[in-house]
Amino acid sequence: MSGAFRIPSAGRLSQAKTARFSFDGQSYAGIEGDTLASALLANGVHLVGRSFKYHRPRGILSAGAEEPNALVEIKRDAARKTPNVRATVQELYDGLAAQSQNRWPSLSFDVGAVNDMASPFFSAGFYYKTFMWPKAAWKSLYEPKIRAAAGLGVSPDQPDPDHYSSRYAHCDVLVLGGGAAGIAAALAAAETGVRVILADEQAEFGGSLRFESGARIDGQDGFAWAQGAVAKLAAMDNVRVLSRTTAFGYYAQNFVGLVERVSDHLKAPGHELPRERLWQVRAKRVVLASGAIERHMVFADNDRPGIMLAGAARTYLNHYGVAVGKNVGVYTANDSAYAAAIDLKKAGVNVAAIVDLRDNPTGPVIDEARALGIEVNFGRAVIRAGGKLRVSSMTVQPKNGGGERTIPVDAILMSAGWTPSVHLFSQSRGKVAFNDETKRFVPGIYAQDCVSVGACNGTDGLSASLDEAYAAGAKAAKDAGAKTARGMKPKVDASESWSRGMLGAAPGAGSDTTVKAFVDFQNDVTAKDIRQAVHEGMRSIEHVKRFTTNGMATDQGKTSNMHGLAIAAETLGKPIPEVGLTTFRAPYTPVTFGAIVSHARGPLFDPTRRTAIHPWAEAQGAVFEDVGQWKRAWYFPKAGEDMHAAVDRECVAVRKTAGLFDASTLGKIEVVGPDAAKFMELLYTNPWEKLEPGRCRYGIMLREDGFIYDDGVVGRLAPDRFHVTTTTGGAPRVMNHMEDYLQTEFPHLNVWLTSITEQWAVIAVQGPKSRDIIAPLVEGIDMSDEALPHMSVREGKICGVPTRLFRMSFTGERGFEVNVPADYGQAVWEALWAEGQKHGAAAYGTEAMHVLRAEKGYIIVGQDTDGTVTPNDAGLDWAVGKKKADFVGIRGMARPDLVAKGRKQLVGLKTKDPKVVLEEGAQIVEDPKQAIPMKMIGHVTSSYWSQNCGRSIALALVAGGRGRMGDTLYVPMPNGVIEVEVTGMVFFDETGGRLNG
Amino acid sequence: MLLIRCPYCEEERPELEFRNAGEAHIARSANIAGESDDDFEKFFFIRSNPKGIIHERWRHMHGCARFFNAVRDTVTDKFIMTYKAGEPKPSKLPEISNEVVAK
Repeated sequence: MSGAFRIPSAGRLSQAKTARFSFDGQSYAGIEGDTLASALLANGVHLVGRSFKYHRPRGILSAGAEEPNALVEIKRDAARKTPNVRATVQELYDGLAAQSQNRWPSLSFDVGAVNDMASPFFSAGFYYKTFMWPKAAWKSLYEPKIRAAAGLGVSPDQPDPDHYSSRYAHCDVLVLGGGAAGIAAALAAAETGVRVILADEQAEFGGSLRFESGARIDGQDGFAWAQGAVAKLAAMDNVRVLSRTTAFGYYAQNFVGLVERVSDHLKAPGHELPRERLWQVRAKRVVLASGAIERHMVFADNDRPGIMLAGAARTYLNHYGVAVGKNVGVYTANDSAYAAAIDLKKAGVNVAAIVDLRDNPTGPVIDEARALGIEVNFGRAVIRAGGKLRVSSMTVQPKNGGGERTIPVDAILMSAGWTPSVHLFSQSRGKVAFNDETKRFVPGIYAQDCVSVGACNGTDGLSASLDEAYAAGAKAAKDAGAKTARGMKPKVDASESWSRGMLGAAPGAGSDTTVKAFVDFQNDVTAKDIRQAVHEGMRSIEHVKRFTTNGMATDQGKTSNMHGLAIAAETLGKPIPEVGLTTFRAPYTPVTFGAIVSHARGPLFDPTRRTAIHPWAEAQGAVFEDVGQWKRAWYFPKAGEDMHAAVDRECVAVRKTAGLFDASTLGKIEVVGPDAAKFMELLYTNPWEKLEPGRCRYGIMLREDGFIYDDGVVGRLAPDRFHVTTTTGGAPRVMNHMEDYLQTEFPHLNVWLTSITEQWAVIAVQGPKSRDIIAPLVEGIDMSDEALPHMSVREGKICGVPTRLFRMSFTGERGFEVNVPADYGQAVWEALWAEGQKHGAAAYGTEAMHVLRAEKGYIIVGQDTDGTVTPNDAGLDWAVGKKKADFVGIRGMARPDLVAKGRKQLVGLKTKDPKVVLEEGAQIVEDPKQAIPMKMIGHVTSSYWSQNCGRSIALALVAGGRGRMGDTLYVPMPNGVIEVEVTGMVFFDETGGRLNG
Repeated sequence: MLLIRCPYCEEERPELEFRNAGEAHIARSANIAGESDDDFEKFFFIRSNPKGIIHERWRHMHGCARFFNAVRDTVTDKFIMTYKAGEPKPSKLPEISNEVVAK
């Protein structure tokens, strides 16, 4: 037997398929097809959690996605702990282990419940008002304590071992919601042959047909019809049917996000299955069939376990075969709760009384309830519930006051009416309209190509819903391009119909400040809190919402929004539409980060770029650093060397013999065409027209505002062909910048731009022995200083493969950069390495490269410049063509502030103590004795230990720096002030003789 | 995710393929070096920030890589039309169903 409250004659589950599960360590039996909630209820367990703020005992309110209370932790193993799972959504599997949340030491005795007694201090806006002073205590004391005391589940503390998948899909008609209306719309659309996707969040299609025992369609029970219709749809080639799939977000132009729960319901999901699958669907037409959500009644202590929505109780009975109590009371303001009472009574459950707030309602369900011998009371209210861990009674009073009567019950079924689920419609930017007669917000003005059908459109009755949905499905298909329709509209033989109801607080919500009549269960917001918010000056519903947090929990106010709005409107003395509804936002229900991130995590988060020479560097034991998406060899430690020792050795080797450096990541762009030189003139500050083919020049690129954007050496291969290099990180934006000007400002220029970064591997060979290393491998290029002087480029062959051989230097030594097709990169590197070994050359990494260039005062754009540095600031005026009439940045550079005195200029710094290495980013002051905050006149941009100089060296941006040569400045640090001397930027070989040495 | 029509590819493609490139129809002066401070300020710094119709530049970055112009409504986020770089600002906008419709 799967629980004492299971009624064998009721429900659709097969009693034979038992599933064992545990809750808070206690073992129970359920049935396959149960949700965790239905299985717990079958075992008489109503108490499943503690509330967010007051730690009040909470039970199961609903039977679906709107559940605010029954949030539990599901634990598969140490890494698979999912907090805040709605027990009403989680399907049972054999071995499922669930834990209650937000309680200590146990669910039935929770110390935090002291908050409930202290609740007068915890009213609306409490946090804002109480923890104002002292300010410093917020971070150290208040916030950590509040966060520990409030909150729901505990986040997992290990990486998520599951995997998730992601798919894009296109369709003609996307139907969201697989109840009667959604199925009818999908049938109508599918029969025309267009591509249809039908999605529903439940494991089984049918929506409210799960509990509507009176519905008959096409001669069958409603639920059975739904299963047959969906099976028919699933068999069609043009239809995709997705169960356990929630449409969580409706974005621009009919782009809808769905998340499919693929394996959370399985006992032992194989690793071949993703846990969830994200569907990003673009639909020509969308049919919204999201149904309606029942509202609770707002009365004192309406949150006691055992008090639930009438429709939910009916679902537990008619679908799961579970009675939610043995002696239930009903409190309602509409007809639908009568149907629940009737079904329970017929199943043998005692219905103690129906309390109806309405004065003289009439209808067949009321007559039927009376005929079954159920006590029916009109014009009365339940003013409070008794019991604590489980409801024990309901106290009834005429709604205009009078004698009280307490009726013992073990469950209360309540219904204030049904709220059309307009969440997705609202997310699509549609505007809702208030129907004053039915007191409902329904879709009003559409913003996208979608249509609402059935209960979410405020359409009452199965027959009307099916008619509307079928017509809408057919129209959507036609609008999406369907030619023919040849279907048969489903025929409704019998149905139930109910609407109306009430909004806001019932008499039992009290005006007494100690009464807790909950509006929002998940955020513990009471009717009193909302009234108080209005009394304290909140006028806009958006302010009321934020002040009270009504509707701001993870359930997004599915049950609470309308009540909250009605109470605010009543307190403000305004009609509901004037107060207005808050905006619904995605996601409809919480979505895991896993589903959104999908495969884009770990190594797949961002592409990793490796050079052709990467495997060699890896084999040599190089340590790599990330530069943008690139992996670059940082240094090559030998046995026993730390980074410092390795870099020192590499730096010395380059200046003593030679070093090999993988410069392949440098951005490279080929600028080709009859107007190539003209284009270069416009994009760079330098003059290019007179640069002879075969020669190179250091180029500076500015933005239009006059600040340095990028730099690099440019070789002219032919009159109409330039080989441009850019910084490693700047390559894509430089290409974009060039394309932008070429396409939009200078389209008259006949030029083509091609990114060649990945086509050429680049091996820098630098040092006095560099030519000796390269020369034996080169064919067809005269390597003499006369034929190949510094800053020149030749095309020829190396190791038998084509090369663009640059004579250039970023170290200050005689140097070459060997460009070879990337496929030959590693082979040529290995050949050069073998030659280098004969001369004692070393491989060096990016750290040594940085030190070597800083020894020579060569800047790195983005390190020594920060987007506010002009060529003049950087001491690069020589690279600006003085006779040029135009180039990008020419006007910006002349702005008054950019030519003003006292600008920060790039200079060298030497610490008075040569052993002290400054920290990059450290601030510089003139007088270290001045009061704090000191006047900062600049900062250190580059700083290294230079083994070649035998001391530390640094570059810095200092206000009026070039006028301070020889001055002493100060760098205040936490451990004391460092004295520095302002110097020129060149620390090694000031005359530059070594370039030809 | 928006769908944007590339006037060169003549196809609607998802927003992921495009990159916004700022306001359109701001021409760089042929004699920019001779511009006054005020004119340069207008050219380089001042941008309109309309509620409603905006003319802006986009680049079909991960497609044909061309820059083009678009007319977009900043309230509805809808693209009203796109046209090639260098074409004049459209004097009349097409009457598409940009307004939300009552059903």
